[in-house]
Amino acid sequence: MSPTAHLVIAPILLPLLAAIVMLVIGSRRIAVQRSIGLVSCLGMIALAAMLAWHADDGSTTVYLTGNWAAHLGISLAVDRLTAIMLLATSLLALPCLLFATGGWDRRASHFHVLFQLQLMGLNGAFLTADLFNLFVFFEVLLISSYGLLLSGGRGPRLRSGLQYVAFNIAASTLFLVAVGLIYGVTGALNMAAVAHRVAQVPAADAGPLRAAAGLLLVVFCSKAALLPLYFWLPDTYARSPAAVAALFAVMTKLGVYAVLRVYTLVFGAEAGALADVAWPWLLPLGAATLVLATLGALAAPSLRTLSAYLVLGSAATLFIALGLASAEAVGAGLYYLVHSTLVGGALFLLADLVHRQRDKAGDSLRKLDHMAPKALLGTMFAVAAVSVAGLPPLSGFIGKFALLAAVPAPQATWLWPVILVTGLLVLVALASAGSQLFWRERSGQAPPGQVPPLRAAEVGATVLLLAMGVALSLFAGPALRYAQDAGAQLMAPAAYIEQVRGAVPRPGVAL
Amino acid sequence: MELALASFIGVLVAAGVYLLLRARSFDIILGLTLLSYAVNLLIFSMGRLVVGKPPILRDGLAPTLANHADPLPQALVLTAIVIAFAMTAVLVVVAVRSRSDSRSDHVDGVEPRDGGQA
Repeated sequence: MSPTAHLVIAPILLPLLAAIVMLVIGSRRIAVQRSIGLVSCLGMIALAAMLAWHADDGSTTVYLTGNWAAHLGISLAVDRLTAIMLLATSLLALPCLLFATGGWDRRASHFHVLFQLQLMGLNGAFLTADLFNLFVFFEVLLISSYGLLLSGGRGPRLRSGLQYVAFNIAASTLFLVAVGLIYGVTGALNMAAVAHRVAQVPAADAGPLRAAAGLLLVVFCSKAALLPLYFWLPDTYARSPAAVAALFAVMTKLGVYAVLRVYTLVFGAEAGALADVAWPWLLPLGAATLVLATLGALAAPSLRTLSAYLVLGSAATLFIALGLASAEAVGAGLYYLVHSTLVGGALFLLADLVHRQRDKAGDSLRKLDHMAPKALLGTMFAVAAVSVAGLPPLSGFIGKFALLAAVPAPQATWLWPVILVTGLLVLVALASAGSQLFWRERSGQAPPGQVPPLRAAEVGATVLLLAMGVALSLFAGPALRYAQDAGAQLMAPAAYIEQVRGAVPRPGVAL
Repeated sequence: MELALASFIGVLVAAGVYLLLRARSFDIILGLTLLSYAVNLLIFSMGRLVVGKPPILRDGLAPTLANHADPLPQALVLTAIVIAFAMTAVLVVVAVRSRSDSRSDHVDGVEPRDGGQA
């Protein structure tokens, strides 16, 4: 086996090794931990870029762990969708970690270890081609997210943490029920093998599978915070530490990824009695969530709550793209996914900077207060706001434009108004937040010398994240082309199924 | 045997959901534990219920599911038990801290006005 074939598992092993080394070093030597973490994040970007380059020929690279055939052991698979998700995660992780090294990471013990384990869970969930293994990686990333969210927390943060933990454990239970039902009917757990057998299941046995498909949809949509299941998100995200909340911007996208993977592959167009079970639900629910998230953004009392509702709105937009279930719409959605991950993270980092630079009001949008470097923070906010609201020339505009262009005529009559009006209302919410924070002044002189200086690492991290968003607009051509190819690949899952099922263990490996 | 096991799973789920909806941290922990027991039994039963057949291959017996119990659900249950155990531990820690910080074991951190316990 050539060494490059092992690249597929490297995005899981790299953060795991980094976390183990950090645990041995101990959190007293935080400078060493920081450098290991940054090196690991840079390495992950390089690995993700290499995998994305590999996957661009349209093939699915399959990695059989333990050299067992796909239907016996656990296999990993990389196609364009996985590569996009890995790249988006690693690009978001580096600025988040950089932001935390500005000093916040001293306040939470084992922050760096948990951060790496969280990345390991995310990468594993994107890479795995096995349903039960997907559950295991969900748990890995959830248990580290509990640690990240709660370490050093007190009072209200613990309360919202308790709700978050209980909610996710209940969702995991449903996930297990669904996995059990799928195994009971099909006798397989590898997604390609399940897809192959689901297509042949007689209509009489389709009942449990339909139940499993519904349960999985509930589980994934609770991660992605779709309409009836989103109440946990704004409170939890608004109370998280900035670097953690910014990283969590990719967690809702994990739910979107899981829906996309399972419902194109296992319950896709070729699933016989169970073909396309999810799409009719996603379109109306996505649109309703988008409306509610926009109203939440308009009413948000603080910049962090506003950012949380915008993350919710971006996930809802993605569900609209998924619900259309065409290659063009999914492709546009994937471009929008990367854009919204980067800019959502940037908003949380920015909210934290604003929170500390203001005199007493924090990031409240109700109170007026003095703030020190207005020009710098205001410019960053303007770039982020233009991008989120979908104004030209930044990436949000390109993503939304591609999505609107992909809406077929019958749905366009009601979807275009929903997307465009919510976009306008988001713009209103951001404009009023911006003028409240940066233009209006509390009467009286600013207290001299009270505002702490900005930390270079934190400003650098936020600028880096915003610059990535700008780069995504500059290279929109290749990025959108890649996303469209990924959408087309997803809508034709036969090749994926064939390549995973046909992967043969290497002979001549000493056992 | 199928009816007995299915009813038992149903009772466990019903009790778990009831406890979960009481919105008290201790009840939630018990409820989620009961739910995880129910799920473990469900996964176990998905390998079909057989008696007196080992999940390990033996000489002289053809290696088919007619002669053996399905070993995979047993492995899945083992994983699920370990994960549920760890998650319960996390939940207990969070619940205890939340209880001592907010002086209430209600999940909202405040006692409901009507006394809560209907």
